[in-house]
Amino acid sequence: MADVPNLMPALPEIFLVCAAMALLMLGVFQTGNEGKEGVKTAHLISNLSLTALVLTLLLVTTIASGPMRTFGGMFINDAFAVFFKVLVLIASALAITISQEYVTRQGIARLEFGVLILLATVGMMMMISANDLMAMYLGLEVQSLALYVLASFQRDDLRSTEAGLKYFVLGALASGLLLYGCSLVYGFSGTTSFDTLAALFGAHPAEAPSVGLVIGIVFILAGLAFKVSAVPFHMWTPDVYEGAPTPVTAFFSIGPKIAALALFLRIMIGPFGDLAAQWQQIVVFIAIASMVLGAFAAINQTNIKRLMAYSSIGHIGYALIGLAVAGQGGDGAVREAGIQGVLIYMAIYLFMNVGTFACILCMRRSDHMVEDIDDLAGLSKSHPMMALALAIFMFSMAGIPPLAGFFGKFYIFLAAVEAELYGLAVIGVLSSVVAAFYYLRIVKVMYFDALADSLEKPIGRDMAGVLVGTSLIILLFFAWPTPLLSAAAAATRGLFAG
Amino acid sequence: MTEFPILSLVTFLPLVGAGFILAIPGGDAEVVRRNARSVALWTSMITLLLSVFLWVQFDTTTAAFQFEERRAWMPAFNISYHLGVDGISMFFVLLTTLLTPICVLASWETVTDRVKEYMIAFLVMETMMVGMFSALDVVLFYVFFEGVLIPMFLIIGIWGGPRRVYAAFKFFLYTLTGSVLMLLAILAMYFTAGTADIPALMEYDFPADMQTWLWLAFFASFAVKLPMWPVHTWLPDAHVEAPTAGSVILAGVLLKFGGYGFLRFSLPMFPDATIEFAPLIFTLSVIAVIYVSLVALAQEDMKKLIAYSSVAHMGFVTVGVFSLTGQGIEGAIFMMLSHGVVSAALFLIVGVVYDRMHSRDISTYGGLVHRMPVYALTFMVFMLASVGLPGTGGFIGEFLILLGIFQVNTWVAALTATGVVLGAMYMLYMYRRVIFGKITKADLKAILDLSGREKMVLAPLILVILWMGLYPTPFLDVMHASVESLIEPFEQARAAASGVAVAGR
Repeated sequence: MADVPNLMPALPEIFLVCAAMALLMLGVFQTGNEGKEGVKTAHLISNLSLTALVLTLLLVTTIASGPMRTFGGMFINDAFAVFFKVLVLIASALAITISQEYVTRQGIARLEFGVLILLATVGMMMMISANDLMAMYLGLEVQSLALYVLASFQRDDLRSTEAGLKYFVLGALASGLLLYGCSLVYGFSGTTSFDTLAALFGAHPAEAPSVGLVIGIVFILAGLAFKVSAVPFHMWTPDVYEGAPTPVTAFFSIGPKIAALALFLRIMIGPFGDLAAQWQQIVVFIAIASMVLGAFAAINQTNIKRLMAYSSIGHIGYALIGLAVAGQGGDGAVREAGIQGVLIYMAIYLFMNVGTFACILCMRRSDHMVEDIDDLAGLSKSHPMMALALAIFMFSMAGIPPLAGFFGKFYIFLAAVEAELYGLAVIGVLSSVVAAFYYLRIVKVMYFDALADSLEKPIGRDMAGVLVGTSLIILLFFAWPTPLLSAAAAATRGLFAG
Repeated sequence: MTEFPILSLVTFLPLVGAGFILAIPGGDAEVVRRNARSVALWTSMITLLLSVFLWVQFDTTTAAFQFEERRAWMPAFNISYHLGVDGISMFFVLLTTLLTPICVLASWETVTDRVKEYMIAFLVMETMMVGMFSALDVVLFYVFFEGVLIPMFLIIGIWGGPRRVYAAFKFFLYTLTGSVLMLLAILAMYFTAGTADIPALMEYDFPADMQTWLWLAFFASFAVKLPMWPVHTWLPDAHVEAPTAGSVILAGVLLKFGGYGFLRFSLPMFPDATIEFAPLIFTLSVIAVIYVSLVALAQEDMKKLIAYSSVAHMGFVTVGVFSLTGQGIEGAIFMMLSHGVVSAALFLIVGVVYDRMHSRDISTYGGLVHRMPVYALTFMVFMLASVGLPGTGGFIGEFLILLGIFQVNTWVAALTATGVVLGAMYMLYMYRRVIFGKITKADLKAILDLSGREKMVLAPLILVILWMGLYPTPFLDVMHASVESLIEPFEQARAAASGVAVAGR
């Protein structure tokens, strides 16, 4: 029995994968998969998926304390992984919750929806826990394949299928880049294990790495930048966000992004941490380009989903400042501050984004979805509470205190100033002013413009619950920030210790 | 001192009131409106009473912060929830709590649309403003400082005039741009000094080259808020488009953020840079006083004229602050207080006729004295207070500022003093055109004098402004100790400089 690896650290993933397959079987063998029966089955599967996610969340939080490696060191479960897994599981659960009503109304309530989200979640958890280039690629592909299908889930809609195809082609290209980078790294270092790589580069810090290795790292960086949709690999984002069914877009903008960013952080800090001089400038450039493009390109958007796409590009730019800080070197405290900033930022970003997309999902008029910003005109008169929630999210995204979004940016800039990356910080705050313009425009449309044509009422119960919950988190974060701060601090220490 | 967290109570009581208003159930629209108004009025009145208690309890003999409260907020970052007031901030808290109930009363009948939201916005703003003036932690300060933007943006944008969207965006983006640079400076200070505590930062000695950058970053924010020429252009737009009560708060309290910021941060924390940049401030202020006064003279819109006069008056304030003398700074604080009351009252005065005629153009009016004698008298009191007639609060401030600056730089004093004359010109010119002459327009013939509610709103302001003018000692006493300790390093620098000059002779 000595050959059986320790399965404990991977128990949540194993559980989730089994749950996904069991649900698939259950769904397939349900009587009647067409019409009303089909919708019923889909609901059952969705609810059970939600339960599975919650159980996995419990497993994740109860199992791990110290870093645990398994499968020959390819899989790691540490505080850092736990932090991100919790975020991803919350994201998936919320995405399923806000999608229920939508899929029923759009006639795409099929049992695969919940199962695909579960499988994507497994992939994301695998990415977060990857401690080897192979494991990383495996996780990434499991996630991506599920997402390609989800993007084109509304298969009789032209835009949705186009989005799926676009995402698939470009995603495959990015995966190719990543794989090529991995093979280069393996070829020039002789190992795929993160631990061995870290030890290898740590042992000879003074030596300049070979050119092939650097090229490999750059390829890996490019592939990951695609996955987090950072400039200049962002082109797919607006089209896919606009085309995919809205709940799927909501899911795209949080789960995969958070997971990819976790992977990004782990691989850059772990194995390539001692080569920071090689990649730090690239990250700085990507951060600046993403912030600036996210700020300026969104100004002229009329479709709110496209606007959110650019907004998410901008947010990733801010998060990457934290990574640039961690690559700046200096003493350990500064690097930890950078990573901690990213963790806090992503946690807050998750709730802001889910809330905003919940609002977008409520934009319905005589049984079809509307997506133009102008359709929100006078929302504060027809739906005062929803308008208030959306205004909270918009001010928060713009980074205005006392809302949570401000604190997200605050810790990022705190780290940037601590690392003396003043240029980055100044560009960051100035682009946040530009970005404030388009966030304010949404507030303006809701509050200052006259009511033209009211959106449908009332808002469903699930949706209202999500809206109230997320907006309260964003609004009241300032009153009690300590839990998130200490969780992020613990996770950061885990990353650097691992 | 009492253990009772009175300052937190003053700060957050309005927020509690806002919560109550939010909880008013829907139903009959008229009942909801009435309830919202009364809750807002009662909340703000109780807040005012509590803050008066603050004044009564205030110990005028010490420069230290009083009513201090400190709680852990983000312990990992050594950032705490720390409140306290000293002689400089005390009256700004009072000014805020005085003007808020007046705003609520002033909007009693004129605002009928979305009353609930309106009152919530004002109460939230009161919390932010009081918090801003009493925060003793830079991060906390920044949170309140920026948080004000949200309610003000909504007030201008929802209840404002025809060009409200433009004005609201301009206000928001202008001030945000200045503030984010200040945020970076705050972070840089935090790392250099290792603390976010304002009293500790005041003690800390920043290196000279760093002071320059920090000073400039804070200047970017405060100059926009104050506003100083040439970044004042958001103010006329915001004032003209804002509803009356919005203008009152904007002119009465928000403009004081800048002057307060200079006194709280720039002077005590970056003394070297302050001395270095004083000529820049003097130049900008003199331009503001003279040029903007001339611009005010050419205005046809009453609100715009008062807005420009505010810019000119703030020019006096910056001159007083950067004279770095006891009289100058006390004068500047006094001027901010009296301007807070006077400009607020003037906007209310304009609001009175605007509610009747729906026009702010000076040419719409004329001969109002025949129909509205009480109004004409009230207007005259505030107009003269704005000009700085002895016996009103405006005079004490201007006089002390000129006294202070005269000791430092005669030329600046002379040029600033022309502002007094120019101020009299544009104010009297407007007053004559609005109030005197014959009533020629038909629709003015039936205009009514001040109603009971309007008298109730304006009477306390008249009392305050006359009190400040006739017996300013209670006000000056409170500031004195704090200002003394504020200028101490500058006095020493001056003494050292003259000592060197004497020795070199």
